[in-house]
Amino acid sequence: MPKIAFREALRQAMDEEMQRDENVLLMGEEVAQYNGAYKVSRGLWDKYGDKRVIDTPITEEGFTGIGIGAAMAGLRPIVEWMTFNFSIQALDQIINNAAKMRYMSGGQFSLPIVFRGPNGPAEWLSCQHSQAIASIYAHVPGLKVVSPCTPYDAKGLLKTAIRDDNPVIFMEAELLYGLEGEVPEDEYLIGFGEADIKRSGEDLTIISFGKVVHMALKAAKALEQDDIDAEVIDLRSIKPLDEDTIVKSVSKTGRCIVVDESWPFASVGSHVAWLVGNRCFDMLDAPVELVSSEDIPMPYEHTLELAAQPTQDKIFSAVEKVLYLN
Amino acid sequence: MAQQIQMLALSPTMEKGVITKWLKKTGDKISEGEVICEVETDKATMEYECPEEGTLLKIVVEEGGEAAVGEVIAMVGEEGEDVSSQDKKPEQEPQAGSEEQPSEEEAKEDSEKPEKKENTGSEEGKQESPEPKKKTEQKKQKPKDENIKNKVKSTPLARKLAKQHGLELSSISGTGPAGRVVVRDVEQAIKKDSKPEKKEADPRALRETAGLQDEEVPVSSMRKAIAGRLSESKFSAPHYYLKVDVNTSELIVTREKLKLDSSKKISFNSFLIKLAAEAIKHHPVVNSSWAESKIVRHGSVDVGLAVAVKDGLITPVVRNCGSKGIMEIESELAGLIELAGNGGLKKEQYEGNTFTISNLGSYGIDEFTAIINPPASAILAVGRITDKPVIDAAGNITAGPMMSLTLSCDHRVIDGAAGAAFLSDLKRFIEEPISAFY
Repeated sequence: MPKIAFREALRQAMDEEMQRDENVLLMGEEVAQYNGAYKVSRGLWDKYGDKRVIDTPITEEGFTGIGIGAAMAGLRPIVEWMTFNFSIQALDQIINNAAKMRYMSGGQFSLPIVFRGPNGPAEWLSCQHSQAIASIYAHVPGLKVVSPCTPYDAKGLLKTAIRDDNPVIFMEAELLYGLEGEVPEDEYLIGFGEADIKRSGEDLTIISFGKVVHMALKAAKALEQDDIDAEVIDLRSIKPLDEDTIVKSVSKTGRCIVVDESWPFASVGSHVAWLVGNRCFDMLDAPVELVSSEDIPMPYEHTLELAAQPTQDKIFSAVEKVLYLN
Repeated sequence: MAQQIQMLALSPTMEKGVITKWLKKTGDKISEGEVICEVETDKATMEYECPEEGTLLKIVVEEGGEAAVGEVIAMVGEEGEDVSSQDKKPEQEPQAGSEEQPSEEEAKEDSEKPEKKENTGSEEGKQESPEPKKKTEQKKQKPKDENIKNKVKSTPLARKLAKQHGLELSSISGTGPAGRVVVRDVEQAIKKDSKPEKKEADPRALRETAGLQDEEVPVSSMRKAIAGRLSESKFSAPHYYLKVDVNTSELIVTREKLKLDSSKKISFNSFLIKLAAEAIKHHPVVNSSWAESKIVRHGSVDVGLAVAVKDGLITPVVRNCGSKGIMEIESELAGLIELAGNGGLKKEQYEGNTFTISNLGSYGIDEFTAIINPPASAILAVGRITDKPVIDAAGNITAGPMMSLTLSCDHRVIDGAAGAAFLSDLKRFIEEPISAFY
């Protein structure tokens, strides 16, 4: 199986879907002639031209709205936001139009649109550009939210997102674009609502999604030295959420840690922790632990910037708590 | 059948309304949706549209009267129907939240009660609300989970596992935060439980089998009670001790005889309880309690016997031993000891002893002094029976089965001579059991 980078996996997904369906188009800042701010759309403008790969002005609310209108009119737009931090400009379009149009029109309009771009902190970006805001979108009924962490998942999920008739929020990570992984040459799709057990184990369940899954996997690897066998679940799809995989795993291990790179209050992580407490109550041997970013704006200073986010040490101390090691 | 017409919520926030005007009078025909009265709500005066059709049989709330949402304001039905007994407020109607709240509060209080009880030892009845409703009474009768009642901190999975293996959580010491019982503690207990070391008579069964290690053991509620009661006793009651050696040869013979006659084995402790009770009859001061401003003489000899249980000690009480035969004492004692062993003793079965016996003979202890177990004022510490030299009347030295008795007395109640007189009689009764009947 060829090894390709995360950004290449995304490009292949868009390329294949644009080839398959002429209604699919890509729009956003610098996606065409510049090949994308993070080079995810490399070569697509050359191949599909101005009509299907469109450079937009720096007006998120405007081009997001145009995308939504195009989707209502029958096209299948992919709207790229340079980062999810800028999607905040377009929140009204997303929450009040994209998420609700199908419902409010009694099903007369469908919204086959994908909003994608990097989410979450990278490095040295300070508060306004280092935000993990999955919970804002997961909060809104009418939106599907996915967040892959491997090239394989990225390609399979993006193709599913493009074919979905509902608005899909597709969250990538700047620090993952260069990550390489095996991706089959033959076409495949990954359905929404299917979590992936990235590592199976018996002693505790670590639930995560997006970039921090890799930190959870690293921590799980390190725990082997202490004979602790952690299971790591990558949600992949936040909404719909694969509750069954979560419940099955925690029922097996009796202990659960949720790792979410967003803030702790009312987050995807806190929701999942509640869900586990609710559905696995009788199977728990310890309160569910949540490892998240600190409840503060992101510091610019790098040591603090890292300390404000989930760390391996924070995961270890959560492991100590759920296993009563101290 | 006649329908009750209830006050409706005419605005989202309305809890009650005043009927400012009746537009219909008794006997009028009413169609569904017809305005029958005007109601002043918290917001405005509104027209009340009747939800039923029929004849207005009775106006329950007159003009100017106030009715809470859900309260009956009128009766509607067939002409001429008798409604005199039907205009009461519906009992099960899901009306304003205010009706439900008290019972919720009571339920809450109810669930907190065991904790309060444990802390203060107050009587159950005191915390009942003055007029409990039927609904909540039912709730109170529900049997509570013993584990919740005893407030053992534990994880859901640990509780489940303990239940599966029939283990009492209160018998497991928790190693989680604040003594929380977690799965590994239950697993440990299951391991211990399945070890074949449970020979009942063997005192070594109480020995710890695990190796030594540094650890902090949380204080169980039983340990707290032992610590509190005995410190209080030892620090406030001035103890003094009287010791005698007793020849038990006659008692042994009597016991064997009784065993042959009744084909039942009577425990040594039952004899001690019975004979002590007989001696107490001659010395009622021993059967008394210090109550600061007075000394309480008890009319019944209630003898407690200290029984070692897992992680503690409990003193089941045989009541009124003065007027019970030894067989009766034996069968009661056996039942109580069994209950003590599985943690099933009720409060009234281990409280209020007027005399106590503690017997460590089975551990090979020669003699010891015991701490008085209040409200009793004396405790008898019994050592083992072992052959010792005895000088008989002819001056010959022979071996005799000797036993040491040490009586601890509360000097506030029992003076030295009184305690000594009692112990001397007891010695005589044991050495010549027949003398107990003189």
